Amino acid sequence: MARMVGSKGPQNFARGKKPQNMGKTIVRLFSYFSEFRWLLLLIAVFIFVSTLAQVVGTSFLQVIVDDYLEPMFAEYQAGGVSSLWDMELMTGFVHTLLMMAGIYISGAVSTYVYSRLLLKVSTSTLFKIRQQMFSHMERLPIRYFDTHTHGELMSHYTNDVDTLREMLSNTLSQLLVGAVTIIGTFIMMVRYSWLLTLLVIAFLCVQMFIAAMLAGRSGKFFKEQQQAIGAVNGYIEEMIEGQKVVKVFCHEDETKEGFAKRNERLCHAATEANAFSNMLMPVMGNLAHICYAVTAMAGGVMGIHGVLTLGSLISFLEYSRNFSRPFAQVSQLFGTILSALAGAERIFAMLDEAPEVDDGYVTLVNARQLPDGSIEETAERTGFWAWKHPHKDGTLTYTPVKGNVEFDHVVFGYTPEKVVLNDVSLYANDGEKIAFVGSTGAGKTTITNLINRFYDVPDGKIRYDGININKIKKDDLRRSLAMVLQDTHLFTGTVKENIRYGRLDATDEEIVAAAKRANAHYFITHLPKGYDTMLTADGTNLSQGQRQLLAIARAAIADPPVLILDEATSSIDTRTEALIEKGMDQLMEGRTVFVIAHRLSTIRNAQAIMVLEKGEIIERGNHDALIAQKGKYYQLYTGMFELS
Amino acid sequence: MLQKFKQLLSYLGEYKKYAILTPLVMVGEAAMEILIPFLMARMLTYGVKAQNTEYTVKIGIIMIVASIFSLACGALGGRFSAKAGIGFGKNIRAKLFERVQDFSFANVDRYSTASLVTRLTTDVTNVQNTFMMCTRMLVRSPSMLIGAFIMAITINAKMAVVFAVVIPILAIALGLIASNAHPRFTKMLERYDKMNAALQENLIAIRVVKAFVRERHEIDKFEASADEVRKTQVAAEKIVLLNAPVMQLCMYGCILAILWFGGRMSILGTFDIGELSGFISYIGQILMSLMMITMIFISLIISMASVRRICEVLDETVDISDDHADPTLTLADGSVVFRNVSFSYNKDSENPNLEEIDLTIRSGETIGIIGGTGSAKSTLVQLIPRLYDVTEGSVLVGGHDVRDYKLNVLRDQVAMVLQKNVLFSGTIRENLLWGNPNATEEQIVEACKAAQAHDFIMSFPHGYDTELGQGGTNVSGGQKQRLCIARALLKKPKIMILDDSTSAVDTATDSKIRDALQQYHSDITTIIIAQRISSVAEADRILVMDEGKCNAFDTHENLLRENAIYREVYESQQKGAE
Repeated sequence: MARMVGSKGPQNFARGKKPQNMGKTIVRLFSYFSEFRWLLLLIAVFIFVSTLAQVVGTSFLQVIVDDYLEPMFAEYQAGGVSSLWDMELMTGFVHTLLMMAGIYISGAVSTYVYSRLLLKVSTSTLFKIRQQMFSHMERLPIRYFDTHTHGELMSHYTNDVDTLREMLSNTLSQLLVGAVTIIGTFIMMVRYSWLLTLLVIAFLCVQMFIAAMLAGRSGKFFKEQQQAIGAVNGYIEEMIEGQKVVKVFCHEDETKEGFAKRNERLCHAATEANAFSNMLMPVMGNLAHICYAVTAMAGGVMGIHGVLTLGSLISFLEYSRNFSRPFAQVSQLFGTILSALAGAERIFAMLDEAPEVDDGYVTLVNARQLPDGSIEETAERTGFWAWKHPHKDGTLTYTPVKGNVEFDHVVFGYTPEKVVLNDVSLYANDGEKIAFVGSTGAGKTTITNLINRFYDVPDGKIRYDGININKIKKDDLRRSLAMVLQDTHLFTGTVKENIRYGRLDATDEEIVAAAKRANAHYFITHLPKGYDTMLTADGTNLSQGQRQLLAIARAAIADPPVLILDEATSSIDTRTEALIEKGMDQLMEGRTVFVIAHRLSTIRNAQAIMVLEKGEIIERGNHDALIAQKGKYYQLYTGMFELS
Repeated sequence: MLQKFKQLLSYLGEYKKYAILTPLVMVGEAAMEILIPFLMARMLTYGVKAQNTEYTVKIGIIMIVASIFSLACGALGGRFSAKAGIGFGKNIRAKLFERVQDFSFANVDRYSTASLVTRLTTDVTNVQNTFMMCTRMLVRSPSMLIGAFIMAITINAKMAVVFAVVIPILAIALGLIASNAHPRFTKMLERYDKMNAALQENLIAIRVVKAFVRERHEIDKFEASADEVRKTQVAAEKIVLLNAPVMQLCMYGCILAILWFGGRMSILGTFDIGELSGFISYIGQILMSLMMITMIFISLIISMASVRRICEVLDETVDISDDHADPTLTLADGSVVFRNVSFSYNKDSENPNLEEIDLTIRSGETIGIIGGTGSAKSTLVQLIPRLYDVTEGSVLVGGHDVRDYKLNVLRDQVAMVLQKNVLFSGTIRENLLWGNPNATEEQIVEACKAAQAHDFIMSFPHGYDTELGQGGTNVSGGQKQRLCIARALLKKPKIMILDDSTSAVDTATDSKIRDALQQYHSDITTIIIAQRISSVAEADRILVMDEGKCNAFDTHENLLRENAIYREVYESQQKGAE
């Protein structure tokens, strides 16, 4: 019931990899509790009280039987007592029962209190960890997201946090309960009879041995099951993804056959794995029964010979019955703790990833040009932007943001072994349109990724309005650029909210104006709720073209001096294409624009077209010059080469 | 709902015997467990208190034998329940998978891929695990409850009244806790899913977030939803954690009541002290069984959602069947006739996706189809291999209505390269053999040459034995399309349909493929859907589609002269390539 999500069935059993550096992880994990120090102490006290109440309560059985019931029985049978209340011992009996009641009630109350406090601590801690993970993740460089799959990152938030939750809210308290029970029970048992205690411990060893054996057997099959599940799920995903192809090729029977084979293998491994783990609890429980029977027999004989009182025997048997249970649990608990620590380690590894470097000190400010030509910083939005450049001597200079971008012998690779851009130099004057053309992997997108510092350049320089971009504060640099990406990602929320993403303080009127400029207004007003239409995950209720238009509107409202457009390749019909083109054209006016072009017809009016191949600019010039050159561009343009 | 459970249970098949055996041996185990406190009470009373060593040892040995029997039952129960549960899971999974294989395109459209995958994986696992638990506990716990109660009455009927009071109280309390917690947990899971969905969205769009410098905004959003998760979790779990103290209070209350009443009776001599311990054991057994019963109930409720989702797939009526088809009928030629065809994906929709289509395509002709998005080009051609059934009118292939052919006969002769095409993991050769499992090496190479795929395949180090990743991730879009064409060509079909299948292939290669198709099989009827005019210009005739209707059907030259839409598309594409 308390499980968070999905199937946490047996398949997760074999999942937990061993933690690498347990000590350090534990210390770090505990640092999250520091604010709950006192609360945790209180929790420990209440756990102690709750468990002890149970242990001590049982010992009252002996007192009641030996000190009250047996003597009172004897007294009553001897005759001369008309009512129970006439007996002296009766008040003592009642008092003992009341004391027991007191202990029991405080035990039950303690149980409630500690679990309630623990709930607060565990949920707050998990909240804190999630929050830290997310806010740290947002600061990680793009490179991190390139090298880790979404599934991998998601599993930190789901699986890893989940095992941690299990440990915080259940395992640790159970461990303490178990330890107190074991120690308390042991002391009590020794008090009654050390001989019988020895017997119980001997049995316990046998139980643990058998349990370890069963766990070992099931562990092997769980591993096999894990692989089989992977194979079955992979097959299911692949075939359902390709369901229509299967049908077109009448391949249903072969597919069913392939599935049956994998399903059968899974069935075999899973049956074995679960058979052993299902056996564990009944075997342990019944071994405890055997132990109980043997102890009872031995204790009975001891009782007959007067070594043990009846009350002691009854109490001892109660204790021995509960003694092995926490042992059986402990091994399971350690399993959970290990996988939780492994999860915590993965979480901490993510938290230890270095965030994006940002040593920039040049900032982007709203400004106003004074009549004498000098620039003054303003608080309100003027539509005029300036770079605020502090100097070592404490003075400030302001330079207007124009949108000149210069690449000076830039060398770059996503990995050190593979150079993607080789000695690229280019210059874009403000208001110019620069187009990049080339096949996939030629480095077009890379260039735009370097301008907004998604990646840092190891060699060469990139200057923005004459300032080395490393000196510009990263957020301000990105604020001065707007991107329309090839994959238009929208967020769950209304159309309005999605456009506002470009500028959070935009008014509704500004949003409509931006949508009109992007040619998106028309289709938006035809949506069921206009600007308040909810978009589902990643805007799937819109067509590709409509999503593109929204992305353009989002960039339009940001109103930046520099635009980066990565055109969509997907087959959008000609009419929508014309709309998008118009939207983009309006957006491009008066700005420096970098276009990654797929449809060559849209870039004919670019001031400069760069043809990239294998990370190098092999041709540059305007359309007419490049056509006349009859080189690669000419071939691309006349459709002699593949652009994918 | 009960019916759905029953329906699923019918898939137990060969594992039915284990599903029946498991509760039986589990009841055996429970019986022994119930017997032990009773024996203990007798041992204490007639053995220990009566100073009878022989009796004590005798009862002790009986207890040991009973425990060993119980152990055997428990171990067998574990094994049988694994066989029953896992086998059940296997059968449901197989049934579901086969069902999905029988789905028509319309059936597939009704579910998203992800939802089908979840039903086949997570939901089946949930049902399987719940079932496994139920086989062991569903009969055992109530028998234990009743058995222990009867034993308590046998020992002392008067004192058993204590249970009669406590059991209903505990049952009501546990029931209240469960019924209050359930909606809260549902809400918590909702919030949790929402948080994860937002997280995933953020990961996918991380470049947008960074480009617009919206990290702070995203962090605030996430914090709000993580806080919602925290709050709903506290709200739900604070109810559930009442379970343990309530249970303890009932248990302790019982012990005290028995010590009080039993103690008094024992002083008066109407109850034996030795039987106290037996009674106390029954308290534990009875209350634990009750707890177990509520737990079973809860997990049944939880698994109900999975059962419903599974049954939804199983109950889906497959709307295309060839039961009434003539098994001897084969395609005479590659002619295609549309007779007054109307079609809509949604049967209730007022605007059909296709309206009044009348067409005749002669065998061996090459036909191009042009039209904007939403003009129903793909819809039209999907009716030819009967991927969907017409709503009105009829489609005739090779002179007969498509509904008269066996589906595999029809689809073997009508090859279709889908717009959203998929390659499967395995080697290139294995993928190509989908078209014809018995194809010879020459036939494969011939088809690949026609599809202009041979050269790039040979450029791979392992050639035709190159392994493709899932979904063919290690070839480019254009290469994938050409492999898909080759795969379809291997069928040696009478009709070949290319649904925008060369969009990622450059124009030069595109035209080479078209030429090769002509030579490869000259009497093949070829239907090409394309965005580019150049891909269809050489076709014998070109069909211009516009909003579900046939706008024109003529040669390139005639259309350029007479058709406005065609000319508009042509001119927009000619802008560059003069």
